[in-house]
Order: sequence, then C-alpha cells, then structure tokens
Amino acid sequence: MNYTPIIGLEVHVQLLTKTKIFCGCPNKFNPEHPNTQTCPVCLGMPGSLPVMNEEAFRLSLITALALNCEIAPFTKWDRKQYYYPDLPKGYQISQYDLPFSHSGWLEATTAEGDLRKVRIRRAHLEEDAGKNIHDESGRGGDSQVDLNRAGTPLLEIVTEPDIRSAVESKSFLEELYLLLTFIGVSDCNMQEGSLRCDANVNLKFDDGIATPIVEVKNLNTFRGVEAAVDFEIQRQLDEFQKTGRKLGDPGVEKETRGWDAQRNITLAQRGKEEAADYRYFPDPDLLPVTVSAHVVAEIKSHLCEPPSQRKRRFQKEMALSEYDADVIVNRGREFADYFELVASTCDDAKQAANWVTQDVLREMNDRRLNVEEFPIGAEVLGTVLKRVSEKTITIKSAREVFVALLEDADEDREVTVSRVDHLIDDRGLKVVSDTGALDAAIAAAVAESPKAVEDFNAGKQQAVGAIIGKVMKQVRGADPKQVREQIIAHLSGN
Amino acid sequence: MELTRENVAKIARLSRLSLSDEELDRFTEQLGEILDYVQLLNEVDTSGVEPMAHAGDLTNVFREDEPHPSLPRDQAFANAPKSDGKYFLVPPILETGE
Repeated sequence: MNYTPIIGLEVHVQLLTKTKIFCGCPNKFNPEHPNTQTCPVCLGMPGSLPVMNEEAFRLSLITALALNCEIAPFTKWDRKQYYYPDLPKGYQISQYDLPFSHSGWLEATTAEGDLRKVRIRRAHLEEDAGKNIHDESGRGGDSQVDLNRAGTPLLEIVTEPDIRSAVESKSFLEELYLLLTFIGVSDCNMQEGSLRCDANVNLKFDDGIATPIVEVKNLNTFRGVEAAVDFEIQRQLDEFQKTGRKLGDPGVEKETRGWDAQRNITLAQRGKEEAADYRYFPDPDLLPVTVSAHVVAEIKSHLCEPPSQRKRRFQKEMALSEYDADVIVNRGREFADYFELVASTCDDAKQAANWVTQDVLREMNDRRLNVEEFPIGAEVLGTVLKRVSEKTITIKSAREVFVALLEDADEDREVTVSRVDHLIDDRGLKVVSDTGALDAAIAAAVAESPKAVEDFNAGKQQAVGAIIGKVMKQVRGADPKQVREQIIAHLSGN
Repeated sequence: MELTRENVAKIARLSRLSLSDEELDRFTEQLGEILDYVQLLNEVDTSGVEPMAHAGDLTNVFREDEPHPSLPRDQAFANAPKSDGKYFLVPPILETGE
C-alpha cells in the first residue's frame, strides 16, 4: 500500500550570548573545565532568583522574525517539572501556553527538488540542562554531571508535521542552520551541541490508517537526521506489516527512540514512564514580558537578507548559475559579502563568481583560512578583475597577479589596490596595443627561428608555438591569440 | 475532586520519592485536607476575569548580558552528596535499552 511519511522537527539552538539566560555565568562551551561556570542561580540553590538576559530575548525575537513568525504581545515562562541529574532545580524554565512566537515558515527542498514552505508552529525560549557523562566501562560506576551548560539560553523551534521525506528533513535543517548563522544568533556548532534536532515520524497510508508516532532523539548531524528518518520510515513499515499496530489503538502511545549514530539504527528508550506528566505552571520567579509593535518593526527593519533570498537574487540580478549561487551563499554571510564586493568592484559578476568559487576557495582551503583572514581583500581582487574586463591585462596575467599578491602577503607586504597596478607595470603585463612594438618583436622572433619557419612552410602549423613563446617573452602583456594570428599572417607573407 | 492514594503514589513516583504504605495513607489524608481547603477558592465567581500570569504588576525586567564571576568549584560542590573534585557524581543513569 502507498504511504506518506509525516515528519515534524524540533530543533534546539543555543544562543550566542555572553552569559547564561538567568544569571551572569559565562555561556561558553568548556568541557575541559567542568563545573567552573556555575552560581547559586544555575545550581538551583534555594533563595536564588533568575533574571532574564535581555540579549537572549532579543536574539530570540530576531530568530523568530527571520523565521517569519508572529510575535506574541505578551509572553511568560513556566516550570516544566521532571527529575534528572542534569536539572538541578527539578524543573526546567520553559514556555508552555504563551510562547513568545508562533506561526512562521521556512522553505526546504523536497525529494523532488521543489521548494516547500514548512510551517513553524512555535519558537520558545528556555534554559538548557547540564550534561551527564555515563560510565562506559559497563561496571555500573557513577554518572558524572557537568553543570557548565545548565542555564544556557536555548531556543526551541517546532515545525508542523509538514515534511515528507528524509531528504527534506535534512534540507530543512540545513536551511535553518544557514539562516541562523547568517543572522548571527548562534554558532550552530553541532559537535558542541549548539544545534540539536529531534524528529517526530510516522507513516500515513492511503486508506487513512497511520502508524504510531515516534520521536527520534539525538540527531546531531545533517546526515544523522537524514539517516535516522530513513531508518525510522523503513522500521515503522516493517513493524506495521508484522503487528498491524496503528495510531489510535488502545495502549498505543507516542514512543521515544534514540538515534545510535555508530550502528545507524534507532533504539527504544527505556524508563521515561509518565514522562509527559510535566505539571507545567507559571514560574512565579520570572516576570512576564510584553513586546510592542514598535519593537517588532524596529527589529524587522534591521534583519539581513535571508540566505535563500540572496541565492535567488544572485541568480536573477547577477546572472549566476544556481550552482555558483549555492556554493557562495552556503559558505556563509561573510563569504557572500566578499563575493558581492568583488563583483561590484569589477562589474562582472560571472567573472567574480568564477574567481571566488575556484581560486579564492582553493587558496582558503589550502591555507585553512576563513574569508575574513584571506590576504587578498575583496576590493583588491575586484580591481584585478576590473583590469581584465577593461582589457588592460589578460586572464592569464590576472592569475599571475593573484599569485604575486599571495606572495606579497606571505612576505608580509601589504596587499592593497594600488599594489595591483604596480605589479601589472613591474611585470609588463599590460596588454600591448602598440602594434609597432609587437610587429618588431614578431619580426625578430621569426628571424631567430629558421627551423620553425621551415617547418611551418612545410605545413606544420604547430611550429608557430616556438615563435609565439619567443614573442611572449619579449612582450609579456600581449594577447597570445592575437600574437599567433599575426605570426601566421607574417609567415604567410601577408 | 477527591485525592486518591493512587494520585499520591503517582506524584511521589514523579518526584522520585519512595513512600511506605503508612506514609501513603498519611499523605493522602493530609494532602487531601489541603486540597479541600483550597477548594474554597472555587466559591469565587471568576467569570470574566483574565487568567493571571504573575502576582506582580511589573513586566520586562531584564538583566544586561554582562558576565559575573562564577563560584569556585569547591563551593559549587559544597552541598553535593558526592563529587570527584571535577564532577558531581550521581548513581548510574541508564539512557537507552534494546
């Protein structure tokens, strides 16, 4: 029977603040020094009181607006009660019935290659828990708890179940990652857990019957999300064929499974009995927050162009290929800015795209630099390319200048716009339009190459190569194609 | 609504408390009495009253995103039942099963 996977994602994003959400402890990934970033507030000591970090709330608003969400005029925080060693207070401060934002969307690419607006149900601001480290020896030793992370500002972004494939799940997460890094609200470092994802997955058959919903936890890589959703689709199909258990059957509850990235399977998670009984109630320690339309408008007016829109503009207005636009924008906002400045300086977007996606990226990778550290600034590279589009130098000479500029940087010389023209002059790279000088050089080279002339006259066209080489040595900025034509004309007696 | 022994057992379980049969009986009665007392509030007519999010009148109380010194580790561990000098130690937690 035909089925459709129904997938919704819950994504947790750590926000890039200096301090934790409710106290002044540093918000810094620091597993080398466990339990050095704690205080009575984030340790949950009696009598301590949380106070909301203004920057955490501001970054949350920016994110929600970038996700096209509505901002609630009034929002509050609630206590979500559960006992776990990484949660010192015995409750997490989260948002229950009045999240600060809701009803947004973000576009993802479907398995068929189309764009789909995946609706965002809500985004709310909460605190992260600490980290448990389990004894892996199998001897049942104590678990270790590091509370450095406890109280890190965490944005939970919940989609509607609009996603229809594993590929689309991955695409959504990639788009979200790109957007969050563009707007600068999170470093989204997945190794460090700054961006974490859970997926709710089930299958709907054409006759309306659906499999029980499974929440897959612990999806911390793009590939992991795709692989886990794929695995879960197949597993649910197999299980349904075996057992016939379906959504709505008595005793069927939402199941939680964990993704095991080593074995590439999902495993049932044990022992979260009655986990859903969180007994939320409003946190009396925190005051509600109101957000005016004025504040929303102010933040909206400062939002940067989202990456998806920027890709589209690069294709539409700057005539880049989809591939080039993807490569440039997916490298991040700074790289896209670099490209745009190169393009506007040389006024040739296609040429700029070729250079930044090939020469610049190659050098960045070889040198392990990010674009802000790259020694040839956008205006300098733009000037080199401008000299090409003005026909002052050839593409080949531009490569020589590019390499020379890198050498300059390696030898600690300043790489400036004026240095470009100096290099062109010093190395005689200017295209020679003075036909007299070129004619003389050709005549001299021909005179020096009797063997080549003989071969040419015997019908060997390629013999011209040796003469071209000699001419190019004399007149470095000459256009090789033009030189070739003139030599042939000369030898043919025209 | 009457508070049952099962309600109390469930709340205890959620709070990771293990209660003896005698305690369950006693707390069911005591908590029941407290709830009965609070039921008095149901006599107030609250139709047309907005649900209150907070007892205070203030909103938008924020803190600057400025770091403050954290506690030295030994102070952080001062009330902990067990630590190894770097981590809090707790009885083994089992996360996943087959």
